[in-house]
Amino acid sequence: MFGYVFRRSAQSLIAVAGLLVLVFFLSRLTGDPAYLYLPLDSTEAQRQAFNELNGFNDPFYVQFGRYLADLAQLDFGTAMSRNRPAMEVTLEAFPETLKLASIAMTLAIAGALVVGSLAAAKPNGFFDRLSMTVSLAGASAPDFWIAIVAILIFSVSLGLLPTSGTGTPLHWIMPIAVLMLRPFGLLTQVVRGSMLGVLTSPFVKTARAKGVSRRKIIFVHALRNAMLPVVTVAGDLTATLVNGAVVIETIFGWPGIGKLMIDAILRRDFALIQCTVLVTAVAIFLLNIVIDLLYAALDPRIRHQAA
Amino acid sequence: METPGETSSAAARTSPIPLPLRLVFRDPMAAAAVVFLVAIAACALFGPMLIGELVEKPNFRARNMAPFSLEQGFAYVLGADTLGRSLLARLVVGARNTLGIAAAAVLASLLVGGALGLIAGYSRGVLGNLIMRGADIVMSFPSLLLALIVLFSLGPSIPNLVLVLAITRVPIYLRTTRAEVLEVRERMFVSAATALGAGHMRLLFRHIAPIVMPTILTIGALDFATVVLAESSLSFLGLGVQAPAFTWGSMVANGRGYLASAWWVAFWPGLAILLTTLSLNVLSNWWRTYSDPHQRWRLELAKRSKAK
Repeated sequence: MFGYVFRRSAQSLIAVAGLLVLVFFLSRLTGDPAYLYLPLDSTEAQRQAFNELNGFNDPFYVQFGRYLADLAQLDFGTAMSRNRPAMEVTLEAFPETLKLASIAMTLAIAGALVVGSLAAAKPNGFFDRLSMTVSLAGASAPDFWIAIVAILIFSVSLGLLPTSGTGTPLHWIMPIAVLMLRPFGLLTQVVRGSMLGVLTSPFVKTARAKGVSRRKIIFVHALRNAMLPVVTVAGDLTATLVNGAVVIETIFGWPGIGKLMIDAILRRDFALIQCTVLVTAVAIFLLNIVIDLLYAALDPRIRHQAA
Repeated sequence: METPGETSSAAARTSPIPLPLRLVFRDPMAAAAVVFLVAIAACALFGPMLIGELVEKPNFRARNMAPFSLEQGFAYVLGADTLGRSLLARLVVGARNTLGIAAAAVLASLLVGGALGLIAGYSRGVLGNLIMRGADIVMSFPSLLLALIVLFSLGPSIPNLVLVLAITRVPIYLRTTRAEVLEVRERMFVSAATALGAGHMRLLFRHIAPIVMPTILTIGALDFATVVLAESSLSFLGLGVQAPAFTWGSMVANGRGYLASAWWVAFWPGLAILLTTLSLNVLSNWWRTYSDPHQRWRLELAKRSKAK
């Protein structure tokens, strides 16, 4: 079991390292940051001095060596656009995204388990058809558009919810609702499909023959077995949830890591880009380990295989 | 815009439709999806020719015109944007870029991912490992963020957009192809071909590739909706296509500023995206049921009850 996790961790660590190298060189291709940080009428000499000061005039490999040396000392550089340590800024934004994503994901999983199971209980029934259509629409919807329509309805027309920002509990409703829509839609489909498969298996027949109630069969006997594909998909989705978070945070002005990263990219704040990428990649890396462990806990067969 | 994917955009959407079209039309949802997709494909192919200059022509009497009014003619039935350009015309023409970019990206990732997957599955050496680690890097990070970083460093343009979308989707084809090749490689006919003296290239492209092809074509069709959504998100964030070119995603971005005064500018293009991806997903669900022998009776049962 642990051998398996170690092997996978080693592989993902290589991937994270590769990603950092990639981002380092790609971000340097975006252009001269001096144009963004100095006034428009700055002279060539001033720009040169700025780049000299920040070390942007050195060859890429020298800059990269310096970056690695700093990393080794846990120095993540300074976010030029804010004049503060990049890691400090990143760690301020990260919990905001984490809160948003974890609440949205928890609600999506819980909702999908209930709706998907009930839909599978009576295939092709009215509830099944309704929930499948709704979840399919949720999975297909462009989240930025749903967010805009939600603002249009609940903020502009009805004036019930604030359009953007943070503060009151009301500010949480729309971002979470929009963010959970796609995972909820996809997961409901997965739960239903996997549940349909499990409900035809012999042990369900046995339970029914013993006289176990319908509800108990679905939510106790079958659900645990139907969980495996759900955990896999939920894990994959949590990583892609960051995609949604970028869009949602931009629209709702949420001070999370997605918005921070977009700002950093647009402002050519190299240290901040690298720092946000590092934190996001490490977070996803840790998440994958948790999912692997969870998977093993749910399915004894995997424990045996890996040992 | 001329993209090489234009003809394939139609192919990518019709490929999930199986031969027994009759069965599709027994299911109202699937039938509606087919009809809608055919209409959208027709818009993408012929729309720009039919509509012509209406797309760019500002009509100042129709500025911010509300939808559902025929005052300025049928072209303005969905309203007009802040410059008084017909939204209906722009939607029809926007279909070409939206679908063309997605089709080109799907095609590119399918070809590259498939080829790399063939190599990774076939070669047992360093090369295969290297390819897989490369795929890990792409997979280990949220695709939209990766696309944003790459697009910003290369500069936003349609070819770069296609490239970026393709890069983020390549691992899916790569992994599937590799998994299939690993299995197919051990089959008897491959050993037979080896015994007959087939070289690596011949073995890969004449014997193994045709077996793997149907799987990755199916994935390509399923992936189309995801790519449409990814492209719209990028265009919405402003790093996709740049004006004067436009897609449905960038139309939503343009309309976002006028939400309070003219909601329709952002509403219709988003609805077009939603209906397109929804139709694609409805069809792919239908296709999954159809191609699964355990589930297929559900579709055939519907047919019998209708016949009664």
